[in-house]
Amino acid sequence: MLTEIAINLLAKFMGGASVRWVDSQPDTTQRVYFANHTSHIDVILVWSALPAHVRKITRPVAAKDYWSQNWFRRKLARAYNALLIDRHEVKVHQSPVDVMLREIGQEHSVIIFPEGGRSDGVAIGEFKSGLYYMARKRPDLELIPVYLNNMNRVLPRDEYLPIPLLTTVTFGPPMWLERGESKVDFLARARSAVIKLGEAYREEPDHSRTGLPAPLGPTPPAGAAG
Amino acid sequence: MNQSSWALAATVVGLLGAATLIGRLLTRMHHLGLNPVAVESFNSRLRAWWTICSFMAVAFISKSLTVAMFGVVSFQALREFITLTPTRPGDHRALFWVFFFFTPLQYLLVGMDYYSVYSILIPVYAFLFIPLRVAIAGDAKRFLERVAKIQCALLVCVYCLSYAPALLYLDAPGLDDAKRARLLFFFIVITIVSEAVQFVWSRLYGRHVIAPEINAARTWEGLLGGSATTALIGMALYWATPYTELWHAALVSMLVAVMGFAGAMTMSAIKRDRGVSDFGTLVEGHGGVLDRIDAICFAAPVFYHVSKLLLVG
Repeated sequence: MLTEIAINLLAKFMGGASVRWVDSQPDTTQRVYFANHTSHIDVILVWSALPAHVRKITRPVAAKDYWSQNWFRRKLARAYNALLIDRHEVKVHQSPVDVMLREIGQEHSVIIFPEGGRSDGVAIGEFKSGLYYMARKRPDLELIPVYLNNMNRVLPRDEYLPIPLLTTVTFGPPMWLERGESKVDFLARARSAVIKLGEAYREEPDHSRTGLPAPLGPTPPAGAAG
Repeated sequence: MNQSSWALAATVVGLLGAATLIGRLLTRMHHLGLNPVAVESFNSRLRAWWTICSFMAVAFISKSLTVAMFGVVSFQALREFITLTPTRPGDHRALFWVFFFFTPLQYLLVGMDYYSVYSILIPVYAFLFIPLRVAIAGDAKRFLERVAKIQCALLVCVYCLSYAPALLYLDAPGLDDAKRARLLFFFIVITIVSEAVQFVWSRLYGRHVIAPEINAARTWEGLLGGSATTALIGMALYWATPYTELWHAALVSMLVAVMGFAGAMTMSAIKRDRGVSDFGTLVEGHGGVLDRIDAICFAAPVFYHVSKLLLVG
């Protein structure tokens, strides 16, 4: 409980995230939140962006080998009720998707990062097939795309000390597996749903006029003229 | 709080109340043909000014709490600044030092009244350290530009702003804590007033836009008329200040107006370059902290030093 509050405060402080819901609402229906993966603390950020009553039933999926390495990580994983998946012991009826579906039952939602490993934080990698199998086995689950902006600058690859920049967590409209939709099509559609949520952050300012090269990193969305 | 302090507080509430009333009227009077976006931005500034002034009341109660409060504002402004302008992974460690070492240290030193240290900590030591740390990270691409950006962020958001709470420790003959608190309050109020009157002058008589590429709303008429009006209002508030001459109050008020203008223009240039209208989205649609304190940041060190000069004599 205390750890949970502490993690939340820390996430709010370090991530300074503004949370946006685009064509969707926080809700306690069973959902799969799938997000782009850019840093170690993405899980915590998405999780703490959810309202408390939704957070209670939402379990981030994380790698068992990473999160059970030491006392601190184990404690963190327990605090945010992580669903730890063993990446190395994949057996028949024991695939990560089976484990996940068994663990969430008829109650929990999950947060997953279908890119698998962390991407470079700018481009979004191809999705692994887990999301597809989940959607096929449990067509009732709402699939919510989530886009994390700027997290790769808060804690880049190979860094362990975060800097407190402002980030955004955008939740998109729910989607489902269409009838007869192939795995490849579905995964491409899911990926483009995440990319679409991030489009607002990729508007490059006009540098042609000044003759300067394009900026070095992602740009926040342009607001109303003022 | 003594009588003058209460009187000052009452004046401020009166001024803000009047401004709020004008803002409300402007929203309603469509026939004047004012740009609704500009009116809305004036109104949202007003809301921020109410907040700033309520928080400033803390200055009369606790000096260290006030310093801490400004520290938090600096921190938030700094993260907005760095978030907006791009960095490379090679800047990460340098930024870590900026956020978690130099910023807290600056405010700690202000709170401990070590003027001789905090007045040079950032412009000398931090400015030498940052390029070194970026260089050690081993990424030479656009090195100077990246270093300059981090330094600029630290200078504007932390160093300059820290001179505002430093007013609470200003050492001059005849100053006591209540007078120092009023001096800080006076400074904040004058910054706010100067922004408001510059806006009004620009709206009513603005013909010659200074730099349309940077900020289409800032005119020469606004700057000159606004500065003169601010000087008059500063003189009207002379009784609340520790200055010994009437023209001292006028002079610092005018300087604050000009520096506030400088801050707003500089921040506009940065925002224009990045293609955004506001620094942050702390409150949806209201811009960031930095959008509200740009004038204060630029005016604070000048106000501090000129006041010190005038008061010490």
